[in-house]
Amino acid sequence: MSLLEVQNVSKHFGGLTALHNVTFSVKAGEIRGLIGPNGAGKSTMFKNIAGFYKPTQGDILFEGRSIAGLAPHDISSLGIVRTFQETTLFQELTVFENTLVGCHLQAETNIFSAVLGLDKGKQKRAREKSMEVMEFMGLIERRDQLAAELPLGSQRTLAIATALASGPKLLLMDEPFAGMNPEETKQMMNLTQKVNDFGVTIVLVEHDMKAVMGLCEYITVLNFGTLLAEGSPTEIREDARVVSAYLGGGHRH
Amino acid sequence: MSKAGILQIAGILVLLLALLVLPNYLKYHHQDFMIFLFINILVVVSYRLMTLTGEWSLIHIVMMGVGAYTSALLSKNLGFPVWVSMPMAGVSAGLMAALLCFPLFRMTQFYFLIGSFAVGEAIRLAWIFFVYPFGGSSGVSSIPPPELLGIDFMEPIPYFYLVLSVVTICLVILYRVENSRFGLTLHAVHWKASLAESVGVNTWKYRSLAFIVASLFVGIAGALKIHYLGNVTPHQFGVGTMVFVLIWVIVGGYNTFFGPILGAIVLSVLDESLRDLEEFRPAIYGVILIAAIMFMPKGLESVPSGIRQWFSQRKSPG
Ligand SMILES: Nc1ncnc2c1ncn2[C@@H]1O[C@H](COP(=O)(O)OP(=O)(O)OP(=O)(O)O)[C@@H](O)[C@H]1O
Ligand SMILES: [Mg+2]
Repeated sequence: MSLLEVQNVSKHFGGLTALHNVTFSVKAGEIRGLIGPNGAGKSTMFKNIAGFYKPTQGDILFEGRSIAGLAPHDISSLGIVRTFQETTLFQELTVFENTLVGCHLQAETNIFSAVLGLDKGKQKRAREKSMEVMEFMGLIERRDQLAAELPLGSQRTLAIATALASGPKLLLMDEPFAGMNPEETKQMMNLTQKVNDFGVTIVLVEHDMKAVMGLCEYITVLNFGTLLAEGSPTEIREDARVVSAYLGGGHRH
Repeated sequence: MSKAGILQIAGILVLLLALLVLPNYLKYHHQDFMIFLFINILVVVSYRLMTLTGEWSLIHIVMMGVGAYTSALLSKNLGFPVWVSMPMAGVSAGLMAALLCFPLFRMTQFYFLIGSFAVGEAIRLAWIFFVYPFGGSSGVSSIPPPELLGIDFMEPIPYFYLVLSVVTICLVILYRVENSRFGLTLHAVHWKASLAESVGVNTWKYRSLAFIVASLFVGIAGALKIHYLGNVTPHQFGVGTMVFVLIWVIVGGYNTFFGPILGAIVLSVLDESLRDLEEFRPAIYGVILIAAIMFMPKGLESVPSGIRQWFSQRKSPG
């Protein structure tokens, strides 16, 4: 059974059709590439899956259960966490605090236990989890730095660390390599692979073709809101429709 | 425990001791002043909890009124002891806040601000309109004081001790709330609601909880106020009073727990010394607010560290 099934999903914004009748599914354990020219609807697809938008039509199943239209926090508690295209962090909090907020689902307490200190064990475990995640992502030396003061590469790493702290089964990564130099991209690719090896299924939206081709066994291509092609990296690279979509569209690289 | 932590606690204990003896050396109306100052401190600190989520409301003072009316009516009409009606004041303000969450938190930012003002005015109108039980425009008077071991709580000194104890307990609780997991989540909701949502935070719930808890404590403050005054009217909780709260919080600085307290103390003392200039008060406050926003955008709380920075810069140029 697939972990994620997107079934005939359409999304309209007024008269604009951002997604039209898109169907695809993702198996547990995969790193799936989701590519397409600018404006193809990739981020819109993520927002529909993560509950930030409600599909106009169609359904989205996660572990066999319909999640279309649930609130974002409900979807993340089921195990789907997204990262944002624009680097999104709690800028005013430290690296440690960012990951600590990421542990929300395991560490949430009611206000009485918080005031009376009855949640000490729970909070200790959350701190340990944060430390683990920072260790895993190579952020431990920067733990007390403010997120706003980090270099771009570390900011993106932190965004993923925060997502990871919430213990997702499925991680939706929206352009994690954008604006990175080749060295940072390489490091980030290794991290992404490491997260996947750890057991997290990943859907990756990315314009850096080398990275996508390097990480994914299977790629889904969107164009003007419709599904254009699916296949292995080699198949996609040689697909005439994909090539012309990229030549015709506003390809960045 | 760290050395700084021990020093801090020692400092607070010394301060509390000083506050215990202080009223005995004050004139009658300065004793009054201290009572209202401490009630106002609870008002601003509970308001700050609300602002942690990034939402500023104009209904806080009205929630104080909800607590005040509850305690007044329970104690006067139903004969509840004040020791019961006062916590009930907090509970009723909290419950009222819980009800109001549904309309209010459909809005954010500016719309929330205006929405909270409208709802607050509606509540105030209800107090004026329903002469039974709220007493209309002249409110409720002859509210009984608390009773305990024959102590005369009409006198300012015993009442000051009561206020000091209740406010201290409330501040300790509010401080713990802010520095707990719960407080961290409120910060997260403020700084990036969408990110908080995506890691599982129900932002609506946390905005609501902050509002409910803030209302609960300001409801208690309301009860403290009217059992001393002996009467309660709708006019005590008008938007004019709310503006003072906003000015205290902004001038004091809302980035730390102690900023609003500092603002309330400094401006109340100033206000007290300007008593003779009654008709100029709004103008003076206006000037202070503008000056504060222009010259210390982070509030009075930032002044000590600012001075330190200025000195260290002068010592080591470059
Ligand atoms: N909230 C919205 N309201 C109206 N139109 C929107 C909204 N969000 C996205 N769109 C439109 O939907 C289309 C798809 O946008 P989307 O952001 O999903 O593209 P994308 O594939 O992520 O592109 P990029 O590679 O540039 O990030 C675009 O035409 C965009 O303008
Ligand atoms: Mg996008």
